[in-house]
Amino acid sequence: MAIRTEELLLNVGPQHPSTHGVLRVVVKLDGEVITEATPVIGYLHRGTEKLAENLNYTQIIPYTDRMDYVSAMTNNYVLCHTVEKMMGIEVPERAEFLRLIVMELQRIASHQVWWGTYLLDIGSLSPFLYAFWDREIIINLFNELCGARLTYNYMRVGGVKWDAPEGWIDKVKDFVKYMKGRLEVYDRLVTGNEIFLARVKGVGKYDAQTAIDYGLSGANLRCTGVAWDLRKTQPYSLYDRFEFDVATAEEGDCWARYKVRLEEIRQSLRILEQALEQFPPEGEIMGKVPRVVRPPEGEYYAAIESPRGEIGCYIVSKGKAEPYRLKFRRPSFVNLQVLPKLLVGETMTNLVTILGSIDIVLGEVDC
Amino acid sequence: MGGMFSGPLTWQNAIVWILASVVLLFLVLGFVTYAIYFERKILGWAQARHGPNRVGPFGLLQTVADVAKVLMKEDIMPKNADRALFILAPFLAFVPAFTVLATIPFTGWAYFADLNVGLLYYVALSSITTLGILLGGWASNNKYALLGGMRSAAQMISYEIPLVISVVGVVLLSGSLNMSKIVDGQEGWFWNWNIVPQFLGFVVFMIAAFAELNRTPFDLPEAESELVAGYFVEYSGFRWAMYMLTEYVYMFAIAALTTVLFLGGWHAPAPFLEFIPGIVWFLLKFAFVVFFIIWTRATLPRMRVDQLMGFGWKVLLPLALANVFLTAVWLEIFN
Amino acid sequence: MSEREQQMKQDQTVRAGTAEPSDPPAAERAEQAAGTNEAAPLVAGADVNPSRIDQTAAEGEETPAPGAEQREGDGVSEKARQTVTPEKQADSSKQADVPKGGDESGSAAEGATAGEAAKNEAGVKAADSADADKEAKRKAAAEARAARAAAKAKADGDGGESAQPKPPSPNQPLLDRLVDILKREVGEDAVESAWINPIGDIPTVSLRAERLVDCARVLRDHPELQLNYLRNVAGVDMETHMEVVYHFISLNNKINYSIKVKTDREHPSVPSVSEVWSTANWNEREIYDLLGIDFPGHPDLRRILMPDDWVGYPLRKDYVPADPEV
Repeated sequence: MAIRTEELLLNVGPQHPSTHGVLRVVVKLDGEVITEATPVIGYLHRGTEKLAENLNYTQIIPYTDRMDYVSAMTNNYVLCHTVEKMMGIEVPERAEFLRLIVMELQRIASHQVWWGTYLLDIGSLSPFLYAFWDREIIINLFNELCGARLTYNYMRVGGVKWDAPEGWIDKVKDFVKYMKGRLEVYDRLVTGNEIFLARVKGVGKYDAQTAIDYGLSGANLRCTGVAWDLRKTQPYSLYDRFEFDVATAEEGDCWARYKVRLEEIRQSLRILEQALEQFPPEGEIMGKVPRVVRPPEGEYYAAIESPRGEIGCYIVSKGKAEPYRLKFRRPSFVNLQVLPKLLVGETMTNLVTILGSIDIVLGEVDC
Repeated sequence: MGGMFSGPLTWQNAIVWILASVVLLFLVLGFVTYAIYFERKILGWAQARHGPNRVGPFGLLQTVADVAKVLMKEDIMPKNADRALFILAPFLAFVPAFTVLATIPFTGWAYFADLNVGLLYYVALSSITTLGILLGGWASNNKYALLGGMRSAAQMISYEIPLVISVVGVVLLSGSLNMSKIVDGQEGWFWNWNIVPQFLGFVVFMIAAFAELNRTPFDLPEAESELVAGYFVEYSGFRWAMYMLTEYVYMFAIAALTTVLFLGGWHAPAPFLEFIPGIVWFLLKFAFVVFFIIWTRATLPRMRVDQLMGFGWKVLLPLALANVFLTAVWLEIFN
Repeated sequence: MSEREQQMKQDQTVRAGTAEPSDPPAAERAEQAAGTNEAAPLVAGADVNPSRIDQTAAEGEETPAPGAEQREGDGVSEKARQTVTPEKQADSSKQADVPKGGDESGSAAEGATAGEAAKNEAGVKAADSADADKEAKRKAAAEARAARAAAKAKADGDGGESAQPKPPSPNQPLLDRLVDILKREVGEDAVESAWINPIGDIPTVSLRAERLVDCARVLRDHPELQLNYLRNVAGVDMETHMEVVYHFISLNNKINYSIKVKTDREHPSVPSVSEVWSTANWNEREIYDLLGIDFPGHPDLRRILMPDDWVGYPLRKDYVPADPEV
């Protein structure tokens, strides 16, 4: 006699400790196994692109902060970079160095948030505190630099708004040394832990072909072995001056993504070391920019490597001070598409593990 | 003290017995209060922060304040919940936790019942808590709670078996299921403690105990980050407090049991230290076991449900059986 | 030349608040206002007349403007210059041969000026009275600017003589090859137009909507192109039509391409490429949600960001929210 089973429709709702924001995943369960999963997004849609059509470019910069709020510096940069490319503005060297330093610090901070929250999802309580303890240092550095802890509004078209205060560069150097030691603590606590490895190995696996087809970027692409990092392949800012490796892994599962992101922290520290060495002792922080920023008519798409992947900005300009159309290509939005495919056949527990390893920020998904 | 409890059931005796139980209840509640406080403190220190330190000196009155808050809360019951079961479940979970304390000897004279099958009594009663948890998950009329209840039932049932089998080695060595006799067998130097000959059994017992307690790394039923507190998600106020109480009283019971079975009970590590009262030694060992449980929570991540089940049946059970076999062979050869 | 003088006066009044001091065109204009001949107002009119911005904006868009040196960056002035000759573009920042440029742009200025002389009348009357002081001040400032402009012109050499068109982009062969491949594999009518986007030298092709899916397959699979990575899909509401823009890169060759598909505004519809690149799936849903472009062939076309029962397409230029107070 066959047992009649019913499918359970579970709503991993917008309010949930592990969905990293207001994400809703409607899950059909057969026992503990997921047969179908549909993400529902839009809970944090704030209409940034529409608002941008009435604001001039400098006014849009605070809006970019709030898209991927865990990694606001890269958002600032993508907008400023696109406009600068369209206008042909040259950014002075010191400003570019400052931008690069804050972007790499931001990458480390963002990966720390990811690491802490990912382990919290997996069940380990302490790494979260460790990660945020170290991130406090970065946040305090940013606070000193531009007055804000999370949404910096730091970059402007043509440069940056504030110069590094006295002693700031030395503090960053101290942090880089400190963080190198901390990575070993992280490894000791988590990376070698049997239970953790059993949780992440072999979970959420996909191959390079799928990753490219779905347009994944960042660690999600590099975990399959594709060495595609926009800092190397389409260099922007001063990245072509520094030596660093592109972190890749072969397996394509959560473990690979974990390794890639930790390795990215190491490489960021390496870049920072070199950048701090070569930091120009004086210079302008703002290039020659007209008072009203008006890119010429035309359109342009520029993309940079944010901690989550390729963040891009597509501007159609009619020569006015406001963009005619401003579209952000958000990495979390594109990366989240692959979730339904990965979840079929997994258990509920693995939903949280896989979602955490894709590393999304809902502010970016919904824009 | 055991003598106090054997005697005819007269009114006088009954009142004395009830009062004694109430005293134990208060002691246990006192333990729970400060176990929660110490858990939060130890977790805090492990995570580079302070833990509670505002309410009362050094935060000592934190749990008192929390309990007072919880008791004052509105009693919310989901509309479609099964009323009778919803109300019954927390008590069904708590009562066995408390009653198993009857057979545990805290010192040579401080015990409630000297059952010849004390250990069996413990194991048998502690299974009833699983029912309470399952009922709580079902009666809440909530899919998350149901999932949590199911997981919990699966986990607790599967880990009871290694738990019980791992102590069979101790029983073989002591020749009795009577807890006091088991402790008597560990008199003398610390290498007489059962942990030394029964180390494998001890390891299996500790791991199975974590699973029975629903504590990290086996806290799937309450997996906060996935199931949003699992089987007691719909409980609030006093009923939730009962579930919390269950968990901590079980921690008390398991720690006491570990001390009695493996760590020599109230005996000192060396004969010349026996002048220090047994209760002190009992409490020290007991406190260490509790600390170890909390320490593990601060350090390890959570196991996934299928890995947990696989581990229990495929690893722990064979190890426990091997332990029994080895103990029997050793006894046969050397005794 | 009263209407030109009026125009010039109005220019100056309006520009009083918005001029960038270091602007060579402004310098030129002011210098000429300081008392030269008829050529001046022509140039003045051609350069920037804020009141003309509305008019020319409504005239529809043409070729993309070069990015490089437009410090002023005013689209209107550029277009006015462009519709004249390429050489005027080179002129505008170099100021080497003012009269020549003046003549050229004069024709454009005239054409536009005639159209809105009526508009200018009203503004000019108010402007007249305040002009006297301003003229004096401006003369002084203008002379300084003129001096700077002259120095700059000298430094730049005779840029004004570089009358040849901009050199062809290095990616022109790539563009030609792309068009060639598409025409051969898909059909002669697949490609509507092709050009190089001057910002970033990106080969851009505009395809016919009906041929899009076939072209997509060619783009992805052809060994020379291998555009397997779809970076971005964006919808744009140009007021006369709608466009969907696709940005690609080949992970192997690291070359960027850009594809556009135009569709009309009444019933916008572009075939879905989500079968060819899965990236497009949610991107197309977003475009559908916000702009209302239909994507036949999409497996699951429904709203993604807005609530499911929303009426209207918010990103459209003519979108009026149902509740205007919100």
